[in-house]
Amino acid sequence: MTISPDELVLPPVDFDTHPAISLERVSKIHGQAGSAVHALDQVSLDVAPGEFLCLLGASGCGKSTLLNLVAGLDRPTSGRLEVRGGRTALMFQEAALFPWLTVRGNIELALKLRKMTKPHREQTIAALLDMVHLRGFEKKRPHELSGGMRQRVALARALAQQPEILLMDEPFGALDAMTRDLLHEELEKLWSDTGLTVVFVTHNVREAVRLGDRVILLSSRPGRVAAEFGVEIPRPRRIESHEVADLSVHITEQLREEVRRHGTPGT
Amino acid sequence: MALLERDLAGLDQLDLPVPTKPSFRARLWSSAWPKLLAIAITLLVWQIVVWSGWRREDLLPPPGPVFSNLFHNFADYADAAWTTLQRGVEGFLLSIVIGATIGAGVSRSRILRAAIGSMITGLQTMPSVAWFPLAILLFQLGEGAVFFVVVMGAAPAIANGLITGIDHIQPVLLRAGRVLGAKRWSALRYVILPAALPSFVGGLKQGWAFAWRSLLAAELIATVPGHIALGQQLHNQQELFDSTGMLAVMIVILVVGVAVDAAVFGTLERAVRRRYGLIDEAGG
Repeated sequence: MTISPDELVLPPVDFDTHPAISLERVSKIHGQAGSAVHALDQVSLDVAPGEFLCLLGASGCGKSTLLNLVAGLDRPTSGRLEVRGGRTALMFQEAALFPWLTVRGNIELALKLRKMTKPHREQTIAALLDMVHLRGFEKKRPHELSGGMRQRVALARALAQQPEILLMDEPFGALDAMTRDLLHEELEKLWSDTGLTVVFVTHNVREAVRLGDRVILLSSRPGRVAAEFGVEIPRPRRIESHEVADLSVHITEQLREEVRRHGTPGT
Repeated sequence: MALLERDLAGLDQLDLPVPTKPSFRARLWSSAWPKLLAIAITLLVWQIVVWSGWRREDLLPPPGPVFSNLFHNFADYADAAWTTLQRGVEGFLLSIVIGATIGAGVSRSRILRAAIGSMITGLQTMPSVAWFPLAILLFQLGEGAVFFVVVMGAAPAIANGLITGIDHIQPVLLRAGRVLGAKRWSALRYVILPAALPSFVGGLKQGWAFAWRSLLAAELIATVPGHIALGQQLHNQQELFDSTGMLAVMIVILVVGVAVDAAVFGTLERAVRRRYGLIDEAGG
């Protein structure tokens, strides 16, 4: 069986009426009574198949908690969570590559854990390396790479799981602006080529507007859906464009207001 | 989109660290001369103490005769060292099996940890000779007793190395493993054990030091018929007031212990650290 990069990631997305991810009044409380923290409070939210959704919020809005729930790493305290869109893969702010494995080994491990046979693995690794433009670096170890390259390996490793839903937890937060800009472009291209459903968490408003079909603003402590913005700017977008800047100003004002509430006594 | 590809490739090349490695000879020399100097100073101090007349020369001989003794009896000493070394390696391998099993068990099971976790550290503070009376009762004065003492000396250090290694794994690596679908056993095999390797190697290094020390202590007391071992030789020479021979054997013990540590564990440790990116090869 051979596969080409195009058919690697996805079985064709089924654009039916069912959302890929659906949350209905989902709450998550960390810890026990007394020291309990309300991370998410009655969050209702649908993500359409193939949608690029950005979750935006200040610290303590439960963004990461939400991703963990969708990834199945954690269970909601109450409410209904449904992931219909298929397999999920999760990327973190740190690349979290295994330092004892090469670039190739890191990607291969994901395939091994999916019980893919060796000849099949070879081809898949080559296709994935092409996809993130890291051909020629397969023998390097993570510590020999730059931060941006590490994130691309992490992206390839996530794609190796053949997810239909890609969950990204501030994946470019620790990168310099130029690298981030290029990775935005790469991610946008990959997303539009494959039809992945992406849920992208960030605290960077411009990044959210640059990437998302829709931006959801979460309030902090407890995390609730505070506002929602459709982003109608045509793609490919540029982070320095006027359209992105204008919408960002608007969203930033609301985000500031959310944050301000916590600084005002008696609210 | 070829533009994106080229931008990325350009950035990748600029971002790659440029390793600057000094030549092999330069590195060898820079690590060798401090050691040679230390040895020279030690010999000098030794010679000065002898000259000072603090003890009679038949009790504390100067370096010269000791080294000539070492040279003349080299075959005997090498033979004894070989016997001891064989025992040491066997006992050490046994310690690895036992230590690693206990370490893995303690780090994976909350009950085991609560039960014996702190005891393992406690065992390390116990001088291994203190086990010897018990060992003699259990195994008689022979090879079994020697092994017992070696294992009691080395296994806790090895177990501790593994436990520390597992405890200090970055949580994000464990999460990454879980996200990739690693279950209990596959997580242990593909994530937990490899992640704990640097610390485990540290435990092995320490374990060898304990094993060698315990072994020599045991050999001073236990006599096994057949080949003469280093510890036994030391014991015999003390009985015969052969202080020159005694010092020569002591040097052999020291050199063998250090050589194994450097050649085996030093090399292993460096290889692992380099592989894991724990050495700053760019030099800054």
